[in-house]
Amino acid sequence: MQTSSFEPWNDPDARPLIRFRNVTKRFGSFTAIDNLSLDIYEREFFALLGPSGCGKTTMMRMLAGFEDPTEGRIELAGQDIAGIPPNRRAVNMMFQSYALFPHLSVWDNIAFGLRRDRKPKEEVAARVEEMLRLTRLENFAHRKPHQISGGQRQRVALARSLAKAPKLLLLDEPMGALDAKLRQQTQFELMDIQEKTGTTFVIVTHDQEEAMTVASRIAVMDEGRLIQVATPDRIYEEPESVYVADFIGEVNLFEGRVTPEGEGRFRVDWAEGQPPLVAASARSFAPGQACFLAIRPEKVAISAERPADADNAVQGRIHDIAYLGNLSIYHVQLPSGQIVKAQTSNTRRIARRSFTWEDTVWLSWTATAGVLLAD
Amino acid sequence: MRRVILIAVPYLWLLALFLVPFVIVLKISLSDAAISIPPYTPTLDLSAGWQGIRDFLAALDFENFVWLTQDDLYWKAYLSSLWIALASTAMTLLAGYPIAYGMARAPEEWRPTLMMLVILPFWTSFLIRVYSWMGILSQEGVLNQFLLWLGVIDRPLMILNTNTAVYIGIVYTYLPFMILPIYAALDRMDNSLIEAAEDLGCSRLTAFWLVTVPLSKNGIIAGCFLVFIPALGEFVIPSLLGGSRTLMIGKVLWEEFFSNRDWPVASAVAVVLLLILVVPIVLFQRNQERQQEAEK
Repeated sequence: MQTSSFEPWNDPDARPLIRFRNVTKRFGSFTAIDNLSLDIYEREFFALLGPSGCGKTTMMRMLAGFEDPTEGRIELAGQDIAGIPPNRRAVNMMFQSYALFPHLSVWDNIAFGLRRDRKPKEEVAARVEEMLRLTRLENFAHRKPHQISGGQRQRVALARSLAKAPKLLLLDEPMGALDAKLRQQTQFELMDIQEKTGTTFVIVTHDQEEAMTVASRIAVMDEGRLIQVATPDRIYEEPESVYVADFIGEVNLFEGRVTPEGEGRFRVDWAEGQPPLVAASARSFAPGQACFLAIRPEKVAISAERPADADNAVQGRIHDIAYLGNLSIYHVQLPSGQIVKAQTSNTRRIARRSFTWEDTVWLSWTATAGVLLAD
Repeated sequence: MRRVILIAVPYLWLLALFLVPFVIVLKISLSDAAISIPPYTPTLDLSAGWQGIRDFLAALDFENFVWLTQDDLYWKAYLSSLWIALASTAMTLLAGYPIAYGMARAPEEWRPTLMMLVILPFWTSFLIRVYSWMGILSQEGVLNQFLLWLGVIDRPLMILNTNTAVYIGIVYTYLPFMILPIYAALDRMDNSLIEAAEDLGCSRLTAFWLVTVPLSKNGIIAGCFLVFIPALGEFVIPSLLGGSRTLMIGKVLWEEFFSNRDWPVASAVAVVLLLILVVPIVLFQRNQERQQEAEK
């Protein structure tokens, strides 16, 4: 786990390991990466997150050396890496398909890169054994890739890409082929290994939960651009755009117009005949500016009576209940027809649930719970 | 019952079309040549009963096989056939691998067309294609005319009726049998394996040697057997394109049978050829089985 002091991106003296400087990549007439600049620091676990086709894999392939930028430069430890072929880069990649050599044993797969460096035999053997221990594969060293399970194959791929002790390890959807349970377990293993080896990891994923779990910082991408780069908690709590708020986790969005009320408080008029909503924001908005108020379902309280001291309260009817075991998500329909999701922890037995379908309830939240976003 | 029928059909097929003919050939190879119809003795006379069968068996002997070892024509022909088959298999591999590789690397939409081009020659008769090579390779042929016109040579080259023409014929005829299995192996290969090899420090060339070649090994082996086995007993190509000095066992067999009308010796030649071929066929089968194991 990252310690709170590990924040090189806030340190003006820190030299980034990787710098993207105004990088553009085009494939024919299609622009995969659009004038993008980004710094990634040593020992970071950096996640590139976005829907498929957003350019995150292209970023990774440019770092690995399989693609060259059309414009701009990419620096690794201060050196422009354009034109350096993949086999001469201190960068290794773990492929989505794992790309294990089917004709070689697990041992030989891991040793493959070390042997290319013409390292002495004993050194290769020692390093392979170390990698096998790190990934707990000692008992499978002499099996072929088709003789082991999916999770083990994933660990072989990781061991192989770490064997050469790269400055930078690229992971392309490393857990895409694993089932949910194994995936969770593997995420923690991956963080453990990252911490033990001190390698900088850049992971590409479309799974926001995975990015939130493993990464020190997340870059949310869309259509070849960075939408927001921040720590997981800031991405979740303080999204800078509707896109990010909507992409990460569940969110309720109220569309309306703001009126500043001073001291960082804003009034949001959002529906005819409804009392305005109140929200706090450090940002400034012009009076009458179109905006969205984004509020996470777990920050919305649900009650039978209108809470007396609530900053915001709206009334609605329970349209649907998603029972997830530990949580219940109430889909509440407002008179305007909008559905608002409210999440509660199921601390009591389901038989004692207070609300059921078609009940009229109050939803309430504080002024600071929501995030005010410009349209 | 249904299973018995299902299994019986292929076995009956093999029995009628392989085993029975083989037994007949084996029997003839143990007989003696004779000026009669059929041109060998003894023939089985079942009307004589048990005694007839005993007389028949007593008349069979290994004389013809002994003869094969006494006249150096035969073992020289076997050796020469083996050599020609091996050399032309190697040449077919050298020509076929780059073609298969190019096909597997070609853009997706081109591949069916390229595949079609490889298979296209099968649409005309093999014999006609070999004859057309005579037209190309002869001294007045297209190739010589072209080279003379270019000024590369000042006298027509003697290609037809030499071993060179036999090699050209075999490589040309069997090239698709080499290309197709190698292409199948390369086509299945995941391109990220090459990228992974490069990522781990291989140059393009070492990635090819360490990944592409081993992974197409089964295709190479299958292709080599598919060329080697029929090339060993090849008869049409050496007799049409080869010269009087081209010595191949298929041709010897044909001459024993039709020119000499010595059916027993011809049969003995055929039986020995079959025994020689059993070795690569068994190896080929084993390769196929291993490949299927690996794919499970």
